[in-house]
Amino acid sequence: MRFDYAPAPESTAIVDIRPSYGLFINGEFTGGKDGSVFKTVNPATEEVLAEITAAGPSDVDSAVKAARVAYDKVWSRLKPAERGKYLFRIARIIAERSRELAVLESIDNGKPIRESRDVDIPLVSAHFFYYAGWADKLSYAGFGPDPKPLGVAAQVIPWNFPLLMLAWKIAPALACGNTVVLKPAETTPLTALAFAEICQQADLPPGVVNIVTGAGDTGRTLVEHAGVDKVAFTGSTEVGKAIARSVAGTPKKVTLELGGKAANIVFDDAPVDQAVEGIVNGIFFNQGHVCCAGSRLLVQENAYDEVLDSLKRRLTTLRVGDPLDKNTDVGAINSAAQLEKIRELSQVGESEGAQRWSPPCELPDRGFWFAPTLFTDVTQAHRIAREEIFGPVLSILTFRTPAEAVEKANNTPYGLSAGVWTEKGSRILSMANKLRAGVVWANTFNKFDPTSPFGGYKESGYGREGGRHGLEAYLNV
Amino acid sequence: MTTVTSPLAEVAASAASLRRFLRGLPGVDQVGAEQRAAMLASRSIKTDSKRQAIDLAIRMIDLTTLEGQDTPGKVRSLCAKARHPDPSDPTCPQVAAICVYPDLVPVAVAELRGSGIHTASVASGFPSGRTSLEVKLEDTRNAVAAGADEVDMVIDRGAFLAGDYLKVYEQIAAIKQAAGTAHLKVILETGELATYDNVRRASWLAMLAGGDFIKTSTGKVAPAATLPVTMIMLEAVRDFRAATGKQIGVKPAGGIRTAKDAIRYLVTVNESAGPDWLEPDWFRFGASSLLNDLLLQRQRMATGHYSGPDYVTVD
Repeated sequence: MRFDYAPAPESTAIVDIRPSYGLFINGEFTGGKDGSVFKTVNPATEEVLAEITAAGPSDVDSAVKAARVAYDKVWSRLKPAERGKYLFRIARIIAERSRELAVLESIDNGKPIRESRDVDIPLVSAHFFYYAGWADKLSYAGFGPDPKPLGVAAQVIPWNFPLLMLAWKIAPALACGNTVVLKPAETTPLTALAFAEICQQADLPPGVVNIVTGAGDTGRTLVEHAGVDKVAFTGSTEVGKAIARSVAGTPKKVTLELGGKAANIVFDDAPVDQAVEGIVNGIFFNQGHVCCAGSRLLVQENAYDEVLDSLKRRLTTLRVGDPLDKNTDVGAINSAAQLEKIRELSQVGESEGAQRWSPPCELPDRGFWFAPTLFTDVTQAHRIAREEIFGPVLSILTFRTPAEAVEKANNTPYGLSAGVWTEKGSRILSMANKLRAGVVWANTFNKFDPTSPFGGYKESGYGREGGRHGLEAYLNV
Repeated sequence: MTTVTSPLAEVAASAASLRRFLRGLPGVDQVGAEQRAAMLASRSIKTDSKRQAIDLAIRMIDLTTLEGQDTPGKVRSLCAKARHPDPSDPTCPQVAAICVYPDLVPVAVAELRGSGIHTASVASGFPSGRTSLEVKLEDTRNAVAAGADEVDMVIDRGAFLAGDYLKVYEQIAAIKQAAGTAHLKVILETGELATYDNVRRASWLAMLAGGDFIKTSTGKVAPAATLPVTMIMLEAVRDFRAATGKQIGVKPAGGIRTAKDAIRYLVTVNESAGPDWLEPDWFRFGASSLLNDLLLQRQRMATGHYSGPDYVTVD
């Protein structure tokens, strides 16, 4: 019998998207002085959501100045426990407005409501709660008896987890006593602007948080501004390298969270059904728009057929479509440009001789969509096994021995994350020691927690976010 | 030793080969399995699908009474309910089977004649299974002779936990033979098996020995059926069919009380074993109180209003 699930759309009545948004500078929304405007669209429908202001150099300058004044006059002088109170208040407001924020995130980003509701927003609030607790305990964080903030932080975040990346950046920065100017990605500015309203609602002193919207130019202006003391960036390795070059020789501190090409290693004694879930969660979570996605599956050769058969069967039950349907597992690709990039790299995979497979699935007519895709017969020499695709595309390779698994897993310019699937505890520990990756998940994948540090090796960047380690990036230590 | 013609019969050639086979099955990661089950439980089932699911769930029910205080009168009224679960609505489907103790089988058979509803009986020393094989076989033969066309047996959990898989295997195979053409449902009593690895092993053991259905629980032990356990069993029947071509049914029993719960199980069937199992021949609910909640939900969907417990019949 067929059991089709009737559409279960989340109501959008709870969100109120304004026709146009200004910049959030010194506690107020203002129009751009020398900027232009651009539109943000719903990637699932291509419908225009709002007109957004692109901040020009003098806008960025105003934002940095506002942050400086707030830093000097208010935020750095506040008692640490008082800073904590503001952060707790923000955390609570986020939790209270979680449904609204989840819907807004799904509309602007294209990610399934199931993920924005159950993963993104709860983690956003958890991050603020976690760092709120640190605000008055910094002397116990292991960075000396009285660690000092850095000053004004310039923060540039990507479009894959818009509000979560904002939380990863703003929560520790404020807890440590810094003020911030944050630039969200141009395709997903709406939740950052909603966060600006939350700052107002929380009575956060003006200038402590400033949000400037815009594209790459705005980001560059912000990062290069002489008035910032700290640069934090999450995004592509290419842009990360440019930022590293631009701040070289300046006193600015930098942390970078860049790309990845994570190996997800499945041994023949793995719990197969859970490993298959982990593979799915590793690469199809958030449409594969995850820098730590498990995009290279390494399966022990003698378990290859079994794992591949199970994986294909599992993919036929993945539900692709309307991000606001509560039963959707895979939503829309964030932008036309990203869709084009995924198509192009998948084409490269085929032309290099890898075998492409997708489950039968109907994609909506409008919007940006890409079916979950597997590539088999992939080798280390294929481009799809080396380059970050940032989409729902999995490359499957095999290995014979643990040593070969380690060698292949580490044979990448990146080193952000890895996964190991085995029933053998000793093997998990030995693999975790040998894998050159910031996070190694054992019998799970893509799990995040505010208490756990996150960050990479090699071209995946430097610095850590989250946990006690995440404080270091915002303290003068 | 009893001979069986089941697929993979050779793995039961010796205690050692059977043990090797069962221990060689892929493990179950508890955290991952429970997360997956929780995700399946969060599917949002809206009106049209819900209507379909509720009727399907009613058709899958083994309406059960397994109490020491059961009387012929109670069984007769349960049988009447099985035929017409909702007397106020002739479109309401009938349930799959009635499940009673062996001595009440003749009552149920007489009441259900001509209805197409099966009569299931718990034989084999239910619920603990701690009687001799002779007694279990006799129990089974009696139930079948009295007209039961489905036999729900319990496995010897003591032997299973002691690692004596062959003993369990042989008992199942012997009871299968004693049951003749009656369908054999093998109750694993997963609440006493403690781990998901054991649930998977016991599932395979029961299927290898010739069970037609694998069933979670007697209803006498807590926890009874849970969604993760049922999911592991569904994965086992799916893998067993892939390995042998033989399809086995699954029956969660005990503790499933609401329509919402039942729908979660159907979603799990749909997305783990697959839609082939979405038939009363391949999936059953062992339940007594579930039916009334399904009926209340069904009435609500028909009328747009919630009624109350007095608008469905008590058993």
